[in-house]
Amino acid sequence: MAYESITNFIVNRGYEDLIAMSPYEVYNLPYDIAVKIWESLGGLIAWLINLIFPNNGVSQWLISDPVTNGFAIILMVIVIFAVSFVFCLLMLWEERKVLGRMMDRRGTMVGLKGFLQCLGDGLKTFMKENVVPKAIDKKIYWWGLSLVIGTSVLLACMVPLSNRWFIVDYQAGLLIIFALFALAPFLILCAGWAQNNKYSLIGGLRAAELMISYEIPMLILLAGTVLMAGSFNINDIVAYQEEHIWFVIPQIIGFFTCIVCAVAESERVPFDLSEAEAELVEGWQTEYAGMKWGLIMLGDYFRGYVACALVVFMYLGGWSLPVIGGEDWYLQYFPEIVFLLKVALVFFIFVLARAALPRVRTDQILNVGWKALMPLSVINLAIVILLKVTGVM
Amino acid sequence: MAEEKMNSDKMWVTMGPQHPFSHGLWTLRVEVDGEIITDAEPEVGYLHRGWEKECENRTYNKIIPMADRLCYSASMTWSHLFCKVAEEALDIEVPERAQYLRVVADEICRIQSHLMWLAAVGTDVGNLTIFLWALREREFMLDLNVRLCGQRLTTNYPRIGGVRNDMPYYFERDCMRAIERFEKSLWDIIRLTDDSSIFVGRMKGIGYITRKDVANYGITGPAMRGCGVDYDIRRDDPYDAYGEMEFEVPVLKEGDAYSRYMVRIEEMFQSCEIIRQAMKKLESIPKNAPYRLKVPKCIPEGTHMARIEDPRGEGLMYLVSDGTESPYRLKVRSPVFVNVSASKHMVQGVRIADIPAIMAMIDMCLGETDR
Amino acid sequence: MSEDANIIEKPSRDDIVSLVKAEFGGKVEFIESTKKNIKAINEGRRLFMKADREVLHDLAKYLHDKLNFEQASSVAGVDWVDHMQVVYHLTNYCTSMVVEITVDIPNDDLHIASVSDIWEGANWHERETYELFGIVFDGHPKLERLLTPKSYEFFPFRKSYKLRGQE
Repeated sequence: MAYESITNFIVNRGYEDLIAMSPYEVYNLPYDIAVKIWESLGGLIAWLINLIFPNNGVSQWLISDPVTNGFAIILMVIVIFAVSFVFCLLMLWEERKVLGRMMDRRGTMVGLKGFLQCLGDGLKTFMKENVVPKAIDKKIYWWGLSLVIGTSVLLACMVPLSNRWFIVDYQAGLLIIFALFALAPFLILCAGWAQNNKYSLIGGLRAAELMISYEIPMLILLAGTVLMAGSFNINDIVAYQEEHIWFVIPQIIGFFTCIVCAVAESERVPFDLSEAEAELVEGWQTEYAGMKWGLIMLGDYFRGYVACALVVFMYLGGWSLPVIGGEDWYLQYFPEIVFLLKVALVFFIFVLARAALPRVRTDQILNVGWKALMPLSVINLAIVILLKVTGVM
Repeated sequence: MAEEKMNSDKMWVTMGPQHPFSHGLWTLRVEVDGEIITDAEPEVGYLHRGWEKECENRTYNKIIPMADRLCYSASMTWSHLFCKVAEEALDIEVPERAQYLRVVADEICRIQSHLMWLAAVGTDVGNLTIFLWALREREFMLDLNVRLCGQRLTTNYPRIGGVRNDMPYYFERDCMRAIERFEKSLWDIIRLTDDSSIFVGRMKGIGYITRKDVANYGITGPAMRGCGVDYDIRRDDPYDAYGEMEFEVPVLKEGDAYSRYMVRIEEMFQSCEIIRQAMKKLESIPKNAPYRLKVPKCIPEGTHMARIEDPRGEGLMYLVSDGTESPYRLKVRSPVFVNVSASKHMVQGVRIADIPAIMAMIDMCLGETDR
Repeated sequence: MSEDANIIEKPSRDDIVSLVKAEFGGKVEFIESTKKNIKAINEGRRLFMKADREVLHDLAKYLHDKLNFEQASSVAGVDWVDHMQVVYHLTNYCTSMVVEITVDIPNDDLHIASVSDIWEGANWHERETYELFGIVFDGHPKLERLLTPKSYEFFPFRKSYKLRGQE
């Protein structure tokens, strides 16, 4: 009894146990992974403690269901974050490589076809000195930065990769993502003002100016999708598209409008007015040096990932594939990977736009927003309503 | 008083000296009302080396490589200009072969300088593809420079009384290949710029200068020809072999940044044409013809003036010699120095985002501005 | 800028000589170049004159308004130790004529009328000449140091300012 085998401490819970223990009503893959991690990790710790203090209560407590559940939820968040983080790095790598080919050069070359360059750059920014200017509004300077990055990461983690890979299955999921997405320009405005720098102030003003030009068409486009699917829930929208047809076919106008809006939303070239480096040095990020800049850069890619994900949810059928279906379809292929591949494909369009187009001016983006995107999104909505009323969809 | 300050909507933004748009060390202070510019004040002088004074301390031969350093991307025209003013002082015409070689080198230099400008335009409007494509093409022109002069940028090629060396073997073949390739790939870049409505939208309708103002402000070069002044020193005041060349001087009447851009693009095609003609002429000149005259070390007393069409405008040198082997006074008229002084006029009423686009059309080069 | 009806767009070399002589008489002196082999001089695209300080502004205005010299290419200062000199180069776009005007200034009174009200392009040239030689251009809108630091109290291009190698 004194030397119990380690196998006694590693509980291998079955599917039914998992569902019963979990806070979710359906199977959740990251939760499953987290539970498996804790089962091995916690089991190992419990066994080690048991070696020293045989028959203690702590070992049993560590492997009990409620404790496993608690640690699993923490680990699950880390798993979800790690996946979106790695995917953002992959998107960064994709951008660098594609951009390099477009510009007749090779792109990054360090390790794993250049992927390690992304890690190296990240590490470099973390090694830099933390330069903070003196005459700033300290509170807003730090909170603005933290919230811009924080909301970006939160958004990226809230994106479900499939109907088994999510944190919370909101009924108003798409709406909440949109609401958090629209928060950033306000924070950028604050952060730009707090730096006490004229460039960043102008950059912040531009972010606000930019927002009123794309946010409204984007929401009208959202109305089109939601009307067609009859739900705000991302699962429902994807399920509806899987059942009927990808929305890109009836809403082809909306799809292209949405891509333009999504580029603007994620503040990438040609709509990166708030950080236009040619005239505003680095725009609203001018006084954020070193690690802060690296995090902002990472946050930008998180937002780019979310923008692409929105396009995929709204028009490209989410994680569904038209040819594969059936009861236990998720065993046949990885819907998460299908989804991420679609996201990478949409991001490829973003990169093409960046390679081919110069930056637009503030008055031009307002013109585009109100004279082109707005009517197009309204036309799209009209088509959706027409289809719904006539009962085609 | 404090309230008045609070209510003022305008602020001064100092763009430079370390600013991505400035392409060198200079400052453009602008007063902005929101994003609209209401006033501007250019400031130069960060790079003032006393070039003209330094020349008074050097022999004429030593000034040639120094003249290269006036502008890194148009080095050939500046050393050419210095040799021209010295030849004018000596009252000599260089041999025919040297004249044509200078024309070829000048035009290669013009193309690569304009490509450097095009690359800068790319970064200024926020498209790095233009930047890299233009620099890729520029590399072929620099290779030609290496073949002919032995150097990529600061060529040190002209000499008082001729050029340093004749063409190397197969230079003609290489030159023709490079030019042909360049003309094709320039169209690729034009497809990236002119066919993009965003690029045209960024360039059109900003930085207007009228025909009268352009003359009054002393703006020269492509910037002047983009505003309707039909004047090119190469054609109207020919030097060296330019008198025998047949080429068109592109002139556009619109007077905005886009027309200045178009003029420079067209000038690159014309430069190719000039190189072709000069190469053909060089074929007819016997290979063993002299390409350099022997000239005395000292230049006779007097005042002399020569001017030349630099890629950026009119370059003029005024030389006062006192019979010794170094100049008594050498004045350089730099085109950018005058063009940038008009920037206050050009940026009135545009947006901050237009400043890089307008200033790119000046093609800043601080070496010659500050001297 | 006054648009005169009797502006001569393409004045020939002889026109300029006779008109300027008629207008300014002995105050403006023409210098014939002795050079034989220079293309631009042989083809009559250069004109050298020496003007008195008092008539410089009038002469400049006359050249600009009547003879269509639209551009001031450069304004240069020369230190002749016993006196200073300002050299103007003016260009006519139609005939490609370049006029060089030399003006002597005595050392004890380094003042000359500014031409920046006629040609805006001469503005910075005059500022530069001012800061490097100490020649004051009367009527200049902003006669401040341009290239050298504002704290300089000497004029570096004068012959009295020695470089290291010249000492």
